[in-house]
Amino acid sequence: MILQVAFIYFAAVTVFSALMVITRKNPVHCALYMLAVFTHVAGLFVLLDAEFVAAVQVLVYAGAILVLFLFVIMLFRGDGMKDKARFVSGWPIVAPIAIALMGLLMSILMHSGFSGAQGSYTIEAVRSAGNSQVIGMALYTDYLFPFEIASVILLVAMVGAIVLAKKKAD
Amino acid sequence: MIPLSWYIALSVLMFSIGVLGVLIRRNVIIIFMCIELILNSVNIAMVAFAHYLNSVRGQIFVLFIMTVAAAEAAIGLAIIIAMYRNKETLNTSDINIMKW
Repeated sequence: MILQVAFIYFAAVTVFSALMVITRKNPVHCALYMLAVFTHVAGLFVLLDAEFVAAVQVLVYAGAILVLFLFVIMLFRGDGMKDKARFVSGWPIVAPIAIALMGLLMSILMHSGFSGAQGSYTIEAVRSAGNSQVIGMALYTDYLFPFEIASVILLVAMVGAIVLAKKKAD
Repeated sequence: MIPLSWYIALSVLMFSIGVLGVLIRRNVIIIFMCIELILNSVNIAMVAFAHYLNSVRGQIFVLFIMTVAAAEAAIGLAIIIAMYRNKETLNTSDINIMKW
């Protein structure tokens, strides 16, 4: 019962804040609503017994990506919008398409049974070993190669961001 | 116990809101935030499936998705800064030199 109430709270705030992100005019307000989305999604991860992912969600999304967004917003004079309209002119045509996409995905997913091979990481097993320990073991044994590729991606992104954002030396 | 379908419904709803935002907004930064929303909705589905299938694979994948999201945010915001330096605008309607 308490789990359902918690889920409904987290889901409702997530959806409300997501709607605010796509409707508010000021980019700073949008960024702060994004913060609400990220923290409440972290709460959903805790409900799913994924404590490590929840912590990483708060650290990486709320701590790093959102701060990056806020810094970039602050670099622009005003809000950088000469034309004051916040939506594209064809939005009354486009919005039903997105709603139809939602209906399509819902109908497909709700009518398909979610069955699959059950893994060996039951909730009790993960709890007794510790969530972070289980993820660490899997990450450094079975997923070592993807993990190394992820580090290369981050290095490329770091170099790329510096090169792109740097002023031309002239 | 929360049914898996609740999480999937939430994920679909958030994904659609993100898609709607990408389609209707003019401000490039907000379009970018909507892409982050879409990636986050996928993360919810990943963790939910991992939980209900007794697997840890979904959580590992979420970590990789977050890595790619962080890289994408850094590169994308650098591109936006470079674009603003050249065009003095964030409005997608003004970025039309490739328009036929």
